[in-house]
Amino acid sequence: MTRQHVTTEINGEPQDFLCDAQETLLDVLRDELHLTGTKEGCSSGDCGACSVMVDGRLVCACLLFGVEAEGKKIETIEGMAEGDKLHPLQTKFLEEAALQCGFCTPGFLVAAKALLDRNNNPTETEVRYWLAGNLCRCTGYDKIVRAVMDVAADMRGA
Amino acid sequence: MEYKAPSSIDEAVMLLAQANGKAHVLAGGTDLLVQIRAGFTKPTLVVDVKNILELRTISVADDGVCIGAAVTGAELGEHDAVKAAWPGLVEATELIGSTQIQGRASLGGNLCNASPAADTVPALVAASAICLIAGPNGQREAPVEQIVTGPGQTSLKNSEFVVQFQLPKKLPRSADAYLRFIPRTEMDIAVVGAGVNLTLDKKGICQQARVALGAVAPTVLLVEAGAKALIGSTLDDAALDKLRAAASAACNPIDDKRGTVEFRVDVAGVLAKRAVLIAKQRAEMN
Repeated sequence: MTRQHVTTEINGEPQDFLCDAQETLLDVLRDELHLTGTKEGCSSGDCGACSVMVDGRLVCACLLFGVEAEGKKIETIEGMAEGDKLHPLQTKFLEEAALQCGFCTPGFLVAAKALLDRNNNPTETEVRYWLAGNLCRCTGYDKIVRAVMDVAADMRGA
Repeated sequence: MEYKAPSSIDEAVMLLAQANGKAHVLAGGTDLLVQIRAGFTKPTLVVDVKNILELRTISVADDGVCIGAAVTGAELGEHDAVKAAWPGLVEATELIGSTQIQGRASLGGNLCNASPAADTVPALVAASAICLIAGPNGQREAPVEQIVTGPGQTSLKNSEFVVQFQLPKKLPRSADAYLRFIPRTEMDIAVVGAGVNLTLDKKGICQQARVALGAVAPTVLLVEAGAKALIGSTLDDAALDKLRAAASAACNPIDDKRGTVEFRVDVAGVLAKRAVLIAKQRAEMN
Protein backbone atom coordinates (compact mmCIF):
# COMPACT_ATOMS: atom_id res chain seq x y z
CA MET A 1 0.00 0.00 0.00
CA THR A 2 1.23 3.46 -0.82
CA ARG A 3 1.97 5.68 2.09
CA GLN A 4 0.16 8.97 2.26
CA HIS A 5 1.96 12.30 2.21
CA VAL A 6 0.94 14.60 5.06
CA THR A 7 1.85 18.26 5.50
CA THR A 8 1.69 19.72 9.00
CA GLU A 9 3.30 22.25 11.27
CA ILE A 10 4.92 20.80 14.38
CA ASN A 11 6.09 23.10 17.16
CA GLY A 12 6.03 26.04 14.75
CA GLU A 13 8.07 24.39 11.99
CA PRO A 14 6.65 23.04 8.72
CA GLN A 15 6.86 19.25 8.77
CA ASP A 16 5.99 16.73 6.08
CA PHE A 17 5.83 13.02 6.66
CA LEU A 18 4.71 9.81 5.01
CA CYS A 19 2.49 7.36 6.85
CA ASP A 20 0.18 4.40 6.41
CA ALA A 21 -3.49 5.16 6.91
CA GLN A 22 -3.79 3.09 10.08
CA GLU A 23 -0.78 4.66 11.83
CA THR A 24 -1.78 6.96 14.65
CA LEU A 25 -0.36 10.42 15.12
CA LEU A 26 1.43 8.94 18.13
CA ASP A 27 3.10 6.30 15.91
CA VAL A 28 4.19 9.02 13.51
CA LEU A 29 5.53 11.36 16.19
CA ARG A 30 7.55 8.65 17.90
CA ASP A 31 8.61 6.26 15.15
CA GLU A 32 8.76 8.50 12.08
CA LEU A 33 9.75 11.90 13.50
CA HIS A 34 11.58 10.61 16.60
CA LEU A 35 9.73 13.03 18.86
CA THR A 36 9.74 10.52 21.68
CA GLY A 37 8.80 12.95 24.44
CA THR A 38 5.18 12.06 23.73
CA LYS A 39 4.68 8.74 25.50
CA GLU A 40 2.64 5.66 24.67
CA GLY A 41 0.75 4.42 27.71
CA CYS A 42 -2.58 2.75 27.06
CA SER A 43 -3.14 3.49 23.34
CA SER A 44 -6.86 3.76 24.04
CA GLY A 45 -7.27 7.38 25.16
CA ASP A 46 -7.48 6.56 28.87
CA CYS A 47 -4.09 7.62 30.28
CA GLY A 48 -3.19 10.93 28.63
CA ALA A 49 0.54 10.09 28.33
CA CYS A 50 0.34 11.00 24.63
CA SER A 51 -1.34 14.40 25.15
CA VAL A 52 -0.56 16.87 22.38
CA MET A 53 -2.23 19.98 20.99
CA VAL A 54 -3.85 19.83 17.55
CA ASP A 55 -5.04 23.20 16.25
CA GLY A 56 -5.18 24.49 19.81
CA ARG A 57 -7.11 21.54 21.23
CA LEU A 58 -5.76 19.11 23.79
CA VAL A 59 -6.07 15.57 22.39
CA CYS A 60 -4.61 12.10 22.76
CA ALA A 61 -2.21 11.44 19.88
CA CYS A 62 -3.17 7.74 20.03
CA LEU A 63 -6.77 8.60 19.10
CA LEU A 64 -6.13 10.19 15.74
CA PHE A 65 -4.60 8.85 12.59
CA GLY A 66 -1.45 10.52 11.36
CA VAL A 67 -3.26 11.32 8.11
CA GLU A 68 -5.83 13.33 10.08
CA ALA A 69 -3.05 15.79 10.90
CA GLU A 70 -3.03 17.10 7.31
CA GLY A 71 -2.95 20.91 7.42
CA LYS A 72 -2.99 20.97 11.22
CA LYS A 73 -0.78 22.73 13.75
CA ILE A 74 0.62 20.28 16.27
CA GLU A 75 2.34 21.15 19.53
CA THR A 76 4.24 18.51 21.50
CA ILE A 77 6.28 18.53 24.70
CA GLU A 78 9.41 19.14 22.60
CA GLY A 79 8.10 22.63 21.81
CA MET A 80 7.44 23.62 25.39
CA ALA A 81 10.86 24.88 26.48
CA GLU A 82 12.51 27.70 24.54
CA GLY A 83 15.93 26.24 23.92
CA ASP A 84 17.50 25.75 27.35
CA LYS A 85 14.87 27.91 29.03
CA LEU A 86 12.26 25.67 30.59
CA HIS A 87 8.58 26.58 30.64
CA PRO A 88 7.48 27.72 34.15
CA LEU A 89 5.46 24.49 34.49
CA GLN A 90 8.56 22.41 33.79
CA THR A 91 10.58 24.42 36.32
CA LYS A 92 7.90 24.12 38.97
CA PHE A 93 7.46 20.38 38.42
CA LEU A 94 11.19 20.02 39.10
CA GLU A 95 11.26 22.38 42.09
CA GLU A 96 8.27 20.75 43.74
CA ALA A 97 9.11 17.17 42.74
CA ALA A 98 5.79 16.76 40.95
CA LEU A 99 7.04 13.59 39.31
CA GLN A 100 8.65 10.32 40.20
CA CYS A 101 9.22 7.97 37.28
CA GLY A 102 8.41 10.78 34.83
CA PHE A 103 6.56 8.72 32.24
CA CYS A 104 3.32 10.65 32.59
CA THR A 105 5.05 14.03 32.96
CA PRO A 106 5.09 15.18 29.31
CA GLY A 107 1.36 14.52 29.06
CA PHE A 108 0.67 16.34 32.32
CA LEU A 109 2.77 19.32 31.23
CA VAL A 110 1.07 19.63 27.83
CA ALA A 111 -2.38 19.27 29.45
CA ALA A 112 -1.60 21.71 32.27
CA LYS A 113 -0.26 24.29 29.82
CA ALA A 114 -3.48 23.97 27.80
CA LEU A 115 -5.44 24.77 30.95
CA LEU A 116 -3.31 27.72 32.08
CA ASP A 117 -3.27 29.21 28.56
CA ARG A 118 -7.05 29.58 28.79
CA ASN A 119 -7.47 30.14 32.52
CA ASN A 120 -4.68 31.35 34.77
CA ASN A 121 -6.93 31.35 37.82
CA PRO A 122 -8.34 27.83 38.07
CA THR A 123 -9.71 26.39 41.30
CA GLU A 124 -8.15 23.19 42.57
CA THR A 125 -11.32 21.36 41.49
CA GLU A 126 -10.97 22.77 37.98
CA VAL A 127 -7.33 21.63 37.82
CA ARG A 128 -8.25 18.15 39.02
CA TYR A 129 -11.11 17.78 36.52
CA TRP A 130 -9.04 19.18 33.64
CA LEU A 131 -6.26 16.71 34.40
CA ALA A 132 -8.60 13.75 35.05
CA GLY A 133 -7.58 12.29 31.68
CA ASN A 134 -3.92 12.11 32.72
CA LEU A 135 -3.00 9.16 34.88
CA CYS A 136 0.01 9.06 37.21
CA ARG A 137 0.71 5.87 39.12
CA CYS A 138 3.50 7.33 41.29
CA THR A 139 2.70 10.67 42.82
CA GLY A 140 -0.87 10.49 44.04
CA TYR A 141 -1.50 13.72 42.06
CA ASP A 142 -1.22 16.16 44.99
CA LYS A 143 2.20 17.47 44.03
CA ILE A 144 1.18 17.79 40.38
CA VAL A 145 -1.97 19.73 41.24
CA ARG A 146 -0.05 21.94 43.67
CA ALA A 147 2.64 22.69 41.07
CA VAL A 148 0.00 23.71 38.52
CA MET A 149 -1.77 25.92 41.08
CA ASP A 150 1.56 27.55 42.01
CA VAL A 151 2.44 28.29 38.38
CA ALA A 152 -1.02 29.81 37.92
CA ALA A 153 -0.41 32.03 40.98
CA ASP A 154 2.99 33.08 39.57
CA MET A 155 1.38 33.91 36.20
CA ARG A 156 -1.19 36.13 37.91
CA GLY A 157 1.52 37.81 39.99
CA ALA A 158 3.74 38.49 37.01
CA MET B 1 -6.87 0.23 5.11
CA GLU B 2 -7.35 3.38 3.08
CA TYR B 3 -8.21 6.83 4.40
CA LYS B 4 -10.21 9.53 2.61
CA ALA B 5 -11.31 12.91 3.88
CA PRO B 6 -13.92 14.24 1.44
CA SER B 7 -15.05 17.84 1.68
CA SER B 8 -18.66 17.32 0.58
CA ILE B 9 -21.58 15.13 1.60
CA ASP B 10 -22.02 13.80 -1.96
CA GLU B 11 -18.39 12.77 -2.19
CA ALA B 12 -18.60 10.99 1.18
CA VAL B 13 -21.75 9.10 0.13
CA MET B 14 -20.06 8.06 -3.12
CA LEU B 15 -16.94 6.79 -1.33
CA LEU B 16 -19.03 4.83 1.17
CA ALA B 17 -21.20 3.36 -1.59
CA GLN B 18 -18.15 2.20 -3.56
CA ALA B 19 -16.76 0.37 -0.52
CA ASN B 20 -19.72 -2.06 -0.38
CA GLY B 21 -20.18 -1.97 3.36
CA LYS B 22 -16.49 -2.33 4.17
CA ALA B 23 -16.04 1.34 4.96
CA HIS B 24 -16.31 3.03 8.31
CA VAL B 25 -17.29 6.65 8.93
CA LEU B 26 -14.76 8.48 11.10
CA ALA B 27 -15.74 11.51 13.17
CA GLY B 28 -13.81 12.08 16.42
CA GLY B 29 -12.41 8.54 16.38
CA THR B 30 -12.39 8.12 20.16
CA ASP B 31 -14.27 4.82 19.86
CA LEU B 32 -13.36 3.82 16.29
CA LEU B 33 -9.58 3.98 16.66
CA VAL B 34 -9.71 1.83 19.78
CA GLN B 35 -11.93 -0.71 17.98
CA ILE B 36 -9.67 -0.83 14.92
CA ARG B 37 -6.59 -1.25 17.10
CA ALA B 38 -8.24 -4.07 19.05
CA GLY B 39 -9.22 -5.79 15.78
CA PHE B 40 -12.96 -5.57 16.52
CA THR B 41 -13.50 -3.93 13.17
CA LYS B 42 -11.35 -4.12 10.04
CA PRO B 43 -12.53 -1.52 7.55
CA THR B 44 -10.87 -1.40 4.15
CA LEU B 45 -11.72 2.29 3.97
CA VAL B 46 -12.16 4.98 6.60
CA VAL B 47 -14.11 8.05 5.48
CA ASP B 48 -13.25 11.02 7.67
CA VAL B 49 -16.25 13.37 7.68
CA LYS B 50 -14.58 16.19 9.62
CA ASN B 51 -13.74 18.20 6.50
CA ILE B 52 -17.43 18.50 5.56
CA LEU B 53 -18.70 21.91 6.62
CA GLU B 54 -22.26 20.81 7.44
CA LEU B 55 -20.96 18.28 9.95
CA ARG B 56 -18.75 20.84 11.70
CA THR B 57 -21.23 23.70 12.05
CA ILE B 58 -23.56 24.77 14.84
CA SER B 59 -26.37 27.04 13.66
CA VAL B 60 -28.92 28.76 15.84
CA ALA B 61 -32.12 30.02 14.16
CA ASP B 62 -35.64 31.01 15.24
CA ASP B 63 -36.97 27.54 14.50
CA GLY B 64 -34.33 25.65 16.45
CA VAL B 65 -30.70 24.64 16.70
CA CYS B 66 -28.71 22.48 14.26
CA ILE B 67 -25.59 20.73 15.52
CA GLY B 68 -23.24 19.11 13.01
CA ALA B 69 -22.70 15.42 13.72
CA ALA B 70 -18.89 15.86 13.98
CA VAL B 71 -18.91 18.99 16.19
CA THR B 72 -16.71 18.20 19.19
CA GLY B 73 -17.82 18.13 22.80
CA ALA B 74 -15.42 20.99 23.53
CA GLU B 75 -16.96 23.13 20.77
CA LEU B 76 -20.47 22.41 22.02
CA GLY B 77 -19.50 23.22 25.61
CA GLU B 78 -18.12 26.59 24.50
CA HIS B 79 -21.28 27.53 22.57
CA ASP B 80 -23.23 29.89 24.83
CA ALA B 81 -26.46 29.86 22.81
CA VAL B 82 -26.73 26.06 22.72
CA LYS B 83 -25.81 25.89 26.40
CA ALA B 84 -28.56 28.36 27.24
CA ALA B 85 -31.19 26.60 25.12
CA TRP B 86 -30.28 22.95 25.83
CA PRO B 87 -28.29 22.78 29.08
CA GLY B 88 -29.21 19.11 29.55
CA LEU B 89 -27.76 18.09 26.19
CA VAL B 90 -24.58 20.08 26.84
CA GLU B 91 -24.14 18.62 30.32
CA ALA B 92 -24.62 15.10 28.92
CA THR B 93 -21.97 15.80 26.27
CA GLU B 94 -19.50 17.26 28.74
CA LEU B 95 -19.76 14.18 30.98
CA ILE B 96 -18.08 12.08 28.30
CA GLY B 97 -14.43 11.24 28.92
CA SER B 98 -11.55 13.56 29.67
CA THR B 99 -10.56 16.99 28.38
CA GLN B 100 -8.59 15.15 25.68
CA ILE B 101 -11.65 13.11 24.65
CA GLN B 102 -13.80 16.26 24.61
CA GLY B 103 -11.42 17.70 22.04
CA ARG B 104 -12.43 14.99 19.55
CA ALA B 105 -15.66 13.22 20.56
CA SER B 106 -18.89 14.09 18.72
CA LEU B 107 -22.65 13.63 19.00
CA GLY B 108 -22.74 11.69 15.73
CA GLY B 109 -20.07 9.30 16.94
CA ASN B 110 -21.70 8.85 20.33
CA LEU B 111 -24.99 7.91 18.63
CA CYS B 112 -23.61 5.70 15.85
CA ASN B 113 -21.18 3.84 18.11
CA ALA B 114 -24.48 2.51 19.47
CA SER B 115 -23.44 1.88 23.04
CA PRO B 116 -26.47 1.43 25.33
CA ALA B 117 -24.64 3.69 27.81
CA ALA B 118 -24.01 6.64 25.45
CA ASP B 119 -24.57 9.78 27.51
CA THR B 120 -25.77 12.15 24.79
CA VAL B 121 -28.42 9.82 23.40
CA PRO B 122 -30.98 10.04 26.27
CA ALA B 123 -30.48 13.82 26.21
CA LEU B 124 -31.02 13.98 22.43
CA VAL B 125 -34.09 11.74 22.66
CA ALA B 126 -35.55 13.80 25.51
CA ALA B 127 -34.98 16.92 23.40
CA SER B 128 -36.92 15.36 20.45
CA ALA B 129 -33.84 15.71 18.28
CA ILE B 130 -34.12 14.69 14.63
CA CYS B 131 -31.17 13.29 12.66
CA LEU B 132 -30.56 14.49 9.15
CA ILE B 133 -29.15 11.47 7.34
CA ALA B 134 -27.33 11.50 4.00
CA GLY B 135 -27.26 8.48 1.71
CA PRO B 136 -27.25 7.34 -1.91
CA ASN B 137 -30.94 8.22 -2.27
CA GLY B 138 -30.50 11.75 -0.98
CA GLN B 139 -31.23 12.98 2.50
CA ARG B 140 -33.84 11.80 4.99
CA GLU B 141 -34.82 12.62 8.54
CA ALA B 142 -35.34 10.26 11.47
CA PRO B 143 -35.89 10.76 15.21
CA VAL B 144 -32.80 9.91 17.24
CA GLU B 145 -34.63 7.10 19.07
CA GLN B 146 -34.99 5.20 15.77
CA ILE B 147 -31.26 5.05 15.01
CA VAL B 148 -29.87 2.53 17.49
CA THR B 149 -31.40 -0.95 17.22
CA GLY B 150 -29.13 -2.82 19.65
CA PRO B 151 -25.62 -2.72 21.11
CA GLY B 152 -23.31 -1.74 18.23
CA GLN B 153 -26.21 -1.86 15.74
CA THR B 154 -27.97 0.99 13.95
CA SER B 155 -30.80 1.35 11.45
CA LEU B 156 -28.52 3.32 9.09
CA LYS B 157 -28.29 1.65 5.72
CA ASN B 158 -25.13 1.03 3.75
CA SER B 159 -23.34 4.28 2.93
CA GLU B 160 -25.69 6.39 5.03
CA PHE B 161 -24.33 8.71 7.71
CA VAL B 162 -25.68 11.31 10.11
CA VAL B 163 -25.09 14.89 8.94
CA GLN B 164 -26.60 16.88 11.78
CA PHE B 165 -28.99 16.94 14.70
CA GLN B 166 -31.96 19.27 14.56
CA LEU B 167 -33.31 20.43 17.89
CA PRO B 168 -36.77 21.98 17.91
CA LYS B 169 -37.58 25.57 18.73
CA LYS B 170 -37.23 26.15 22.43
CA LEU B 171 -40.61 26.96 23.98
CA PRO B 172 -41.01 29.41 26.88
CA ARG B 173 -40.88 27.82 30.35
CA SER B 174 -39.24 24.70 29.03
CA ALA B 175 -35.92 23.11 29.86
CA ASP B 176 -33.97 19.87 29.73
CA ALA B 177 -31.64 18.10 32.16
CA TYR B 178 -29.43 15.02 32.18
CA LEU B 179 -28.08 13.01 35.10
CA ARG B 180 -26.05 9.85 35.16
CA PHE B 181 -24.81 7.51 37.85
CA ILE B 182 -21.23 6.27 37.83
CA PRO B 183 -19.34 4.71 40.75
CA ARG B 184 -16.80 7.58 40.73
CA THR B 185 -16.92 11.31 40.05
CA GLU B 186 -15.40 11.47 36.57
CA MET B 187 -14.11 9.42 33.61
CA ASP B 188 -16.51 6.50 33.64
CA ILE B 189 -19.32 4.95 31.63
CA ALA B 190 -22.94 5.39 32.71
CA VAL B 191 -24.46 2.72 34.94
CA VAL B 192 -27.73 4.61 34.49
CA GLY B 193 -28.45 7.83 32.57
CA ALA B 194 -31.65 9.88 32.59
CA GLY B 195 -32.61 12.71 30.24
CA VAL B 196 -35.71 14.85 30.72
CA ASN B 197 -37.25 17.72 28.77
CA LEU B 198 -40.27 19.63 30.14
CA THR B 199 -42.59 22.46 29.20
CA LEU B 200 -44.64 24.19 31.91
CA ASP B 201 -47.51 26.63 31.58
CA LYS B 202 -47.77 29.90 33.51
CA LYS B 203 -49.34 28.12 36.48
CA GLY B 204 -46.51 25.59 36.59
CA ILE B 205 -48.56 22.74 35.14
CA CYS B 206 -46.55 20.40 32.95
CA GLN B 207 -47.74 20.65 29.33
CA GLN B 208 -45.17 18.47 27.59
CA ALA B 209 -42.61 15.99 28.84
CA ARG B 210 -40.06 13.56 27.41
CA VAL B 211 -38.22 11.09 29.61
CA ALA B 212 -35.37 8.95 28.24
CA LEU B 213 -33.16 6.42 30.01
CA GLY B 214 -29.71 5.11 29.09
CA ALA B 215 -27.71 2.02 30.13
CA VAL B 216 -30.77 0.15 31.41
CA ALA B 217 -31.72 -1.71 28.21
CA PRO B 218 -30.07 -2.76 24.92
CA THR B 219 -31.03 0.66 23.51
CA VAL B 220 -31.89 4.02 25.01
CA LEU B 221 -35.52 4.00 26.17
CA LEU B 222 -38.12 6.68 25.57
CA VAL B 223 -40.36 6.19 28.61
CA GLU B 224 -43.78 7.36 27.51
CA ALA B 225 -45.47 6.21 30.71
CA GLY B 226 -43.04 8.46 32.58
CA ALA B 227 -44.00 11.47 30.47
CA LYS B 228 -47.68 10.64 30.98
CA ALA B 229 -47.19 10.66 34.75
CA LEU B 230 -45.88 14.23 34.55
CA ILE B 231 -48.16 15.86 31.97
CA GLY B 232 -51.08 17.70 33.57
CA SER B 233 -49.43 17.74 37.01
CA THR B 234 -47.59 20.45 38.90
CA LEU B 235 -44.74 17.94 39.25
CA ASP B 236 -45.89 17.31 42.81
CA ASP B 237 -44.76 14.34 44.88
CA ALA B 238 -47.55 12.09 43.62
CA ALA B 239 -46.61 12.73 39.97
CA LEU B 240 -42.92 12.26 40.73
CA ASP B 241 -43.61 8.96 42.47
CA LYS B 242 -45.56 7.78 39.42
CA LEU B 243 -42.73 8.87 37.14
CA ARG B 244 -40.20 7.06 39.30
CA ALA B 245 -42.23 3.85 39.18
CA ALA B 246 -42.73 4.16 35.40
CA ALA B 247 -39.00 4.71 34.81
CA SER B 248 -38.06 1.70 36.93
CA ALA B 249 -40.72 -0.45 35.24
CA ALA B 250 -39.34 0.36 31.78
CA CYS B 251 -35.85 -0.96 32.56
CA ASN B 252 -34.43 -4.18 31.17
CA PRO B 253 -30.80 -3.86 32.24
CA ILE B 254 -27.76 -6.10 32.26
CA ASP B 255 -26.40 -7.37 35.55
CA ASP B 256 -22.69 -6.79 36.07
CA LYS B 257 -20.13 -5.76 38.63
CA ARG B 258 -20.78 -2.09 37.93
CA GLY B 259 -24.47 -2.37 38.75
CA THR B 260 -26.86 -5.21 39.50
CA VAL B 261 -30.26 -5.37 37.81
CA GLU B 262 -31.97 -4.39 41.07
CA PHE B 263 -29.65 -1.42 41.53
CA ARG B 264 -29.97 -0.12 37.96
CA VAL B 265 -33.76 -0.43 38.06
CA ASP B 266 -33.99 1.53 41.30
CA VAL B 267 -31.45 4.19 40.31
CA ALA B 268 -33.23 4.77 36.98
CA GLY B 269 -36.32 5.88 38.92
CA VAL B 270 -34.29 8.05 41.28
CA LEU B 271 -32.34 9.77 38.51
CA ALA B 272 -35.44 10.36 36.37
CA LYS B 273 -37.08 12.07 39.32
CA ARG B 274 -34.03 14.20 40.12
CA ALA B 275 -33.62 15.17 36.46
CA VAL B 276 -37.26 16.31 36.41
CA LEU B 277 -36.64 18.51 39.43
CA ILE B 278 -33.60 20.12 37.77
CA ALA B 279 -35.49 20.64 34.49
CA LYS B 280 -38.44 22.10 36.43
CA GLN B 281 -36.21 24.60 38.21
CA ARG B 282 -34.63 25.62 34.88
CA ALA B 283 -38.03 25.85 33.14
CA GLU B 284 -39.36 28.16 35.84
CA MET B 285 -36.51 30.55 35.13
CA ASN B 286 -37.03 30.87 31.36
